[in-house]
Amino acid sequence: MPFTDPMADGPAIQAGGLRALKGGETLEKTLHLVRDFRAHDADTPIILMGYYNPIYIFGVERFLAEAKDAGVDGLIVVDLPPEEDDELCLPALSQGIAFIRLATPTTDDARLPAVLKNTAGFVYYVSVTGVTGVATPDFNVVASAVSRLKRHTSLPVAVGFGVKTPEHAAAIAAGADGVVVGSALVEAVRQSLDGEGRATPGTVKAVTDLVSALAAGVRRGRAAA
Amino acid sequence: MTAQPEPNSFRTGADERGRFGIYGGRFVAETLMPLILDLEKAYAEAKDDPSFLAEMRAHQTHYIGRPSPLYFAERLTEHLGGAKVYLKREELNHTGSHKVNNVLGQILLARRMGKKRIIAETGAGQHGVATATLCARFGLECVVFMGAVDVARQAPNVFRMKMLGATVVPVQSGAKTLKDAMNEALRDWVTNVADTFYCIGTVAGPHPYPTIVRDLQSVIGDETKAQMQEAEGRLPDSLFACVGGGSNAIGLFHPFLDDRSVEIFGVEAAGFGLDKLNAASIAGGQPGVLHGNRTYLLMDKDGQIEEGHSISAGLDYPGIGPEHAWLNDVGRVTYLSATDEEAVEAFQVLSKLEGIIPALESAHAIAKVLEHAPKRPKDHLMVVNLSGRGDKDVPQMADRLGMPL
Ligand SMILES: Cc1ncc(COP(=O)(O)O)c(C=O)c1O
Repeated sequence: MPFTDPMADGPAIQAGGLRALKGGETLEKTLHLVRDFRAHDADTPIILMGYYNPIYIFGVERFLAEAKDAGVDGLIVVDLPPEEDDELCLPALSQGIAFIRLATPTTDDARLPAVLKNTAGFVYYVSVTGVTGVATPDFNVVASAVSRLKRHTSLPVAVGFGVKTPEHAAAIAAGADGVVVGSALVEAVRQSLDGEGRATPGTVKAVTDLVSALAAGVRRGRAAA
Repeated sequence: MTAQPEPNSFRTGADERGRFGIYGGRFVAETLMPLILDLEKAYAEAKDDPSFLAEMRAHQTHYIGRPSPLYFAERLTEHLGGAKVYLKREELNHTGSHKVNNVLGQILLARRMGKKRIIAETGAGQHGVATATLCARFGLECVVFMGAVDVARQAPNVFRMKMLGATVVPVQSGAKTLKDAMNEALRDWVTNVADTFYCIGTVAGPHPYPTIVRDLQSVIGDETKAQMQEAEGRLPDSLFACVGGGSNAIGLFHPFLDDRSVEIFGVEAAGFGLDKLNAASIAGGQPGVLHGNRTYLLMDKDGQIEEGHSISAGLDYPGIGPEHAWLNDVGRVTYLSATDEEAVEAFQVLSKLEGIIPALESAHAIAKVLEHAPKRPKDHLMVVNLSGRGDKDVPQMADRLGMPL
């Protein structure tokens, strides 16, 4: 769900968001995309990720009703910490839509229970202090952070921010339940576009090739663990 | 306007959730949440610590040059033929604007918290200069984020910041102005959490910033109250201040909010006009969430933030501090707007009649005084916050008036 001012995102996703908006993307259209996908795939989970303002302006109730109807399973909304749970998290949970929370290196043990309290689906561990797609995480530090999280929750733990290559994915999959890749895929899309910023016949392949390579990395990491 | 109940006092916010009515809050990424909770705790301790307050007062006196005068603008008053106009001379502060009041307090707080690296966003460059100045004074590292467009139109301030030892980072994302500078500062903060203090320049951002900055700027209104008592033996009848994020305005207004006889006017930037590109969030925006708080924002129908436009780099922010949003809704403050053209006219009028070249931001408030003072009786006491001096705007105005330097 693109937003003009993605304060937790690095250059790749910022640029991707602005390209999408320039191309006329709206929340309405994003929900259509989900509906179209659901028409031929009832099983693959779909999570929408973004910032609160476009949802707030669309209307929280209307958004949740339409998201539910379209087949959305979960939401990741970066600028809604537990302190603002009554805005979207609690209404989403009551609709049966998971609200996936971010836990970060600055979330200490004292705060962790508050962060985990209304989390559903999985916990998204942010591997670096920073924005998406810039720094490469220290995988030893990530491994111990994942163990710490697992002592506090039985939910699966997925790790993201700065994961770019199959090797990164393998290192993370050794300890975590999932790997989140954003900027690298957005960047693969960008490199496949034509001069006017439109998708080319190579665009889908650019994404599926990278996803296959990342998935192979995850399997290698799992096997080695 | 969103109807909200009228409180017994207008001065009690923010509540424990950092809200002013429905506005404010803490809409930030989890990485920052523990940091703003730390800041809230550190500030709560500092603001009641006599040694902290004494240190701040000493620097206000000897470094900033406070109190700033409340000056009777005799020729302007004569010229307008109505209300008696007083100028609160914040432009006489060290570094040339009200911004330094806030920066001093935040830098002392940063020192108390043991932070060694200070980051700030800036539009006109006044907040950046004030931050660079106090970092020089206290030997702290300083990084200022400034939209690339603003870097170009506020060249004198960019040079000042560099002279003062700060690193100025031109921000190339988005529209390359204040909003984008604030995004970049927030991105830097989530990246450098351990040693960095984010010194926000206005009454915006996540709680507790709007409250901290307001408290630190309230020295303007506190002094004004005492000075007017001294000069005229009573309260003023009306207050005017320009509103970008709203820090100079809330600083003047806050001590008077419960004095119901005092009419209060904030002046937003109407840019090319309210029906064209402008930066008047209350006149032309609606409540939304950006930069950590809910407030009036300029946006399209899908909730995508729009760029503000104003001739003054310090006012073209597409939002406004959450306390102002609330003061608007409860009807305690009236928000007006002034166009680029009105501000340019006021800039010249004040320069010629009083020998004071105002900042283009402050000229927006002056513009509304030019309009309202003639309609008021001669015993009406009108105070306008002269938030900054116009030196930084000289090259831009010279161009605009066809006298390039
Ligand atoms: C002289 C002056 N006045 C006013 C402003 C606007 O900010 P605020 O509304 O926070 O006072 C600025 C911002 O740069 C400024 O430099």
